[in-house]
Amino acid sequence: MPGPKNTDNILPTSSQLTFRDHLDHLAARFRIRRGKHRVAPGLYALGSPTADSPVFVSANYTLSFDALRSVLKGLDAYILVLNTHGINVWCAAGKGTFGTDELVNKIEETGLKDVVHHRSLILPQLAAPGVAAHTVRKRSGFKVEYGPVRAADLSDYLKTHQATPEMRRVRFPLKDRAVLFPVELVGTFLPLAIAVVAVYFLAGLSPALATASAILAGIILFPLLLPWLPFKDFSVKGFILGLIVTLPFSLAIALGQPRDWVSLLSAVLLLLILPPVTAFITLNFTGSTVFTSRSGVKREIYAYIPIMAILFGSGILLTLTLRVYLWVGRL
Amino acid sequence: MFNSYRENTLRYDRDLCINCGMCLAVCPHGVFEPDGKAVKLARPSACMECGACQVNCPPMAIAVDSGVGCAAAMIMAALKGRKLDDKDACTCGEQTETCCS
Repeated sequence: MPGPKNTDNILPTSSQLTFRDHLDHLAARFRIRRGKHRVAPGLYALGSPTADSPVFVSANYTLSFDALRSVLKGLDAYILVLNTHGINVWCAAGKGTFGTDELVNKIEETGLKDVVHHRSLILPQLAAPGVAAHTVRKRSGFKVEYGPVRAADLSDYLKTHQATPEMRRVRFPLKDRAVLFPVELVGTFLPLAIAVVAVYFLAGLSPALATASAILAGIILFPLLLPWLPFKDFSVKGFILGLIVTLPFSLAIALGQPRDWVSLLSAVLLLLILPPVTAFITLNFTGSTVFTSRSGVKREIYAYIPIMAILFGSGILLTLTLRVYLWVGRL
Repeated sequence: MFNSYRENTLRYDRDLCINCGMCLAVCPHGVFEPDGKAVKLARPSACMECGACQVNCPPMAIAVDSGVGCAAAMIMAALKGRKLDDKDACTCGEQTETCCS
């Protein structure tokens, strides 16, 4: 069997993930060295591929590339890595960077036609929003085959090259939702800390704790509880969650000492201000999910952002008025 | 009630379908199903407007106003004075700052 012709630009890789790789994945999940989790684009040889070995296509984001190569244990194959600017397959396909043009260019650049005899590429299914299979074939001669959504199903898929309907479906299980919040938490830590400290000095410990809870509920509890929160709209789900989380603090303030109209009003104002904050955070989670349509998110923005702004704004305004009134009264 | 996702921009013209099955392969939500000589739109409300079916439909039997359903990106686009549903609302991977990685 003749070997590949121009091997000089083929990079070596393995299906074995190292400690360094796992460290890199952890860093990516915690937003450390953001945008730097990249693989050099180009053609990679996994094992000892021949001119008849399959060619898989991936993004140059370490989590994408590593998810693919780690499931190809014992297989000799080529991996063509596109330049998606360090973005995962699905997001890059949505933006078009994991796209028809980039794929055709990389096929040319790497001289893939001289490396393999066959004219077939296996792409992750989630690359499809960016890649027109029939156009790729017309322009490059390569037939695009869409593999399963998850790399984990690849070995089963390769037995028949037929995906079951289950392999074709994207899911959003607890595990996938849980890995998301460290990124969000690290990203929002500074504004969260500032908000909590500001509320502490303005209104005291209980309202500060309530603020921290409402924000953390949006970031941590919401992704975990997503399927069980009532209604479809993220803003409504988030508002209900914010209300549930704030309520104990409100009751503690209203029923605690001193039991006067100021405490009662402060408790009500808390319920006015915090649920919209949680709702705003949860609406922003739409981009991390696997099922929200753009037209739906747009409808949500138009329907709920004004309500959030009115509730939050009037709550803040009334709180400031109350504080000034109390301060003037003390003079 | 409180469901902004019941309707979407997906349109399918069964008369143009050549039954190649690409939409069945690329749709991550099982929106299409085989149905004799042409595919049928089985679960239209499950569509997330990713655009995969439209892009991979040779006879252009499918049309969808595709884009990323990301409120963060859309709100940011609006704040920068661009349209809410700007095609390039998501700025992931541009310059040094990236988001949806």
